[in-house]
This record gives sequence, structure tokens and C-alpha cells, in this order.
Amino acid sequence: MSSAAVAPLHRAVRFYAAPIGKKAVMAITGVILFGYVVGHLLGNLQIYAADHDQINRYAAFLHDPGRATLLWGVRALLLLSVVAHITASVQLWVLKREARPIGYVKKDDVPAAYAARTMLWSGPIIAAFIIFHILHLTAGSVLPLQEIAPNQPDVRANVISGFQHPAVALFYIVAMLLLCLHLYHGVWSMFQSMGVSHPRYTTGLKRFAAICAIAIAAGNISIPIAVMTGLLSN
Amino acid sequence: MRLTLHIWRQRNAQEKGRMVRYEVPNVNQDMSFLEMLDVLNEDLIAKGEEPVAFDHDCREGICGMCGFMINGVAHGPLRGTTVCQLHMRHFRDGQELYLEPWRARAFPVMRDLVVNRSAFDRLIAAGGFISVSTGSAPDGNAILVPKENCDRAMDAAACIGCGACVAMCPNASASLFMGAKISHLGLLPQGRPERDKRVVAMVSQSIAEKFGSCTNIGECEAVCPKEIRLEVIARMNRDFLRATWTGRGVSRDEAEQVSNNSLAESRR
Repeated sequence: MSSAAVAPLHRAVRFYAAPIGKKAVMAITGVILFGYVVGHLLGNLQIYAADHDQINRYAAFLHDPGRATLLWGVRALLLLSVVAHITASVQLWVLKREARPIGYVKKDDVPAAYAARTMLWSGPIIAAFIIFHILHLTAGSVLPLQEIAPNQPDVRANVISGFQHPAVALFYIVAMLLLCLHLYHGVWSMFQSMGVSHPRYTTGLKRFAAICAIAIAAGNISIPIAVMTGLLSN
Repeated sequence: MRLTLHIWRQRNAQEKGRMVRYEVPNVNQDMSFLEMLDVLNEDLIAKGEEPVAFDHDCREGICGMCGFMINGVAHGPLRGTTVCQLHMRHFRDGQELYLEPWRARAFPVMRDLVVNRSAFDRLIAAGGFISVSTGSAPDGNAILVPKENCDRAMDAAACIGCGACVAMCPNASASLFMGAKISHLGLLPQGRPERDKRVVAMVSQSIAEKFGSCTNIGECEAVCPKEIRLEVIARMNRDFLRATWTGRGVSRDEAEQVSNNSLAESRR
């Protein structure tokens, strides 16, 4: 039996038809979204700058009309990643349901796998949070947004006035705790899905995932807490 | 000691089964779990009832024949053990235990705690072998194998194919089993030439058998009686991604068939 290369299009079909291919898509889109979350956190932390205008200058820099193509390119990439990530996860969930039509009367779980088993819960809640978050601080449909100049929102004032509503602050905190769980499993899982795993560095990768997840959640949660305790005010 | 058992009873593959409660009053703590079921079955036979069917063979924990769920854990609460080597001293007097067969679409229940695991045989037939003619045994050290690879291949080769990984997996995935075979063969020079073909064939067979997908949860690793590690699944993923990326691992005939099928689909 001689071996022959399969045409690239058919390779892609074969790749995505297999669950391993779908997991690889989830891993790659996961890396993109993880990278964005890290960048977003670094942007957010500028709210603590002694210079109160720092975060507004950063926002103006991102929204500079001269770089509109880049901004919309990044937004399109993120949207595409989210859609691919969710599509693959739903397809895998369907496969899971088909693979065990009759369940167990009694089923125990490994306690260490809590984050992994709750991915299907943390995921949709985080997705709902992202929609709320965009409506709140980008579109301004939840609370009226304050602006420094036309089309130039006063980010600092909007964040602070938003988190002065305890319900809004609480939703942000809960969503970040779920993001922490999601990343705790996800960041390690993307290495495993892409086949990067070896007894020598598995523990290191798991520790890296835990540190990233906790650091991202703690950094973001600190902002609503700082507003509610009065450390950050207008 | 005295135990209360809830056991899945099902007369054949067609019939709907149910949980039935049994009392076992005279359990010796030195019995293995299967010996305890033997005692229950002797009582049932004496009473003229059908004994509980369960798979077993060597009763030494090395053949892979036995296995069922005890209180929702494959092979019961003791790690790294099959039910035949699980002794009753690990249970308490008066404990209530739920015994259920492996549950997966690919493992249909045949009777009581016995499931049909032929799907595993078909996975092996698809690619879990080395097809080169080995002839007579080669001279020792004629083929050099790094010590680390040798150890890791041996660890993966410890898989006895009991099916606990599929049973415990929330997705009913056979990834730990497939990964064990792929690592066992792929880590050794004799198995490397067919690495691409093997992974492509086994993965497509597992889709046909309706096994689920791996979502990296790790419940399989926790219950595996041979303590096979999740790293074997990463190796399978790596081999699969490599084979699909390069388009290797498909025979010329199959490649043409794949191309024709895709063409036909795109015309439809």
C-alpha cells in the first residue's frame, strides 16, 4: 500500500470531521481569546494610574480613527474566534450526548476535575457576560455613557459609575470567578489538545494555567471591589 | 460484614434492565469483590434465582476481562486496581453499593454487568498493530531504543483493555485506550513507520464506533487499573494533527476515494 498525499481541502475536511480536529480549533481560538483577555487586563489596570486621564488616553489611542482598520480587524478576528470556539464546543457536546444514551444511576466524579466538568456551564455564562459587558461599556445601552468629547467616552467615569450599582459589580465579579475556572482548565487543556504534553512539564503547564487564571480573575475583580470600597472614585 | 447491593439486572441485550436490591450478610473481609459476588450467586442459585452475570478471567488483575462500576467509580474506590483485586476490607460493614455495567453506546450491555467490548477489538484491528514481518527474534541490542522511550512505551503497553476509561469518561471517549496503543507502538522504532496510518485509521474507527471525544477531564487516568497517563492522549493528538496537516497516513486508494467522496459532496 503506497501512501499518497490528500489534497489540502480534503485534509481540512478530514481534520475537522475528527473530534481531535474540533478540539484543536477550540485550542487555537482559545489561545487567541486568552491573549485578548491578558491584553484587556493590562488595559484595565491603567485605571489605577495616578494620572486619572491615563486610561482615557489609552482608550483614545485604541479608537484612533487612523487605526480603524486595525481595530475592526482585531474585532473581526475575535468574533470569528468566539463563533468557532462555541460551534466546536456545541458539536462536541452533541457527540457526548450520543456516546452515552443511557446514563448511570450513580456516578461519582474526580474532585480535581471540577473546572473541566463545568466548562459547559462557565462557557455560556461568560458568553452572556461578554454581551452584557459590550452593551454596558461599549454600546452604552445599559447605563448612559459619559463622554469627554463626541465619540470619546470617559472610560474612568463610566467604569466607576457602573460599579457603584452593586448588582452590576456582583455580576462582573461572578463572571470573573467563572472565567478563572474556565481558564484554569482551558489554558492547560489547549496544550493537551495540541499534543504538547510530557511527564517532564505537565505539572509546570498546570501550574502556569492556575497562575494565569487566578492572576487574570484577581486583577479584574480588584476594580469593582476598589470602586465599592471607595478606593476608586470620580 | 454485611452489605446491601443494588445491581443492574438485564436478561439480554434487547430487554430493558433495572436495579435490584440484594442483601449479602456473610461477607469476609479477605474476599475479593468477585468472590463476594460468587457467594451472592451461590445463594441465588440455591434459591432458584438467576445468578448475576459478570465478566472475569484471570482474577489476578492482568487480563482486562473484569470490571463494572461500584458506586459510580469504574473498578471501585481503590486506585490502580481491577475489581478482581479489590478486597472487601476496603468497604465498611453495612455499606450500600451500586453495581452497574460500563455505559457507552459503543459498549452495549449483553447481560447484567457484562458489556460487549468488541469495539475495542475493531479499534485494534484498524491500526493498533505492527504489520512488518518480524521474522525470528532479532539479536539483543540490534535495534537501539533510548531507555526513557522504552520505559514510556512499556508503561503504555500495560493497558489491559478493560474499558474502565470509556466507562468513567463523561464523554464515553476511548482516547486513553487509543492513546495507550498509539504511544506503546509509536515510541518504539518498530512501530514508527506506520505512525501516521495508525492514528488516522484508529481515530476514524473510533468515530464509526460512536465513542465520544476527549475533553481533557482526566477521569480515565484516575480509574485506570494500570495507571496510564493522560500524556498518551496528547501523543495521539500530536500524531493525528501531524498526519492530517501533512496529508499522510492515507493509502493511495483511500486518498482517491476521499477525493471522490468530497467532490461528490460538493456537487450535491
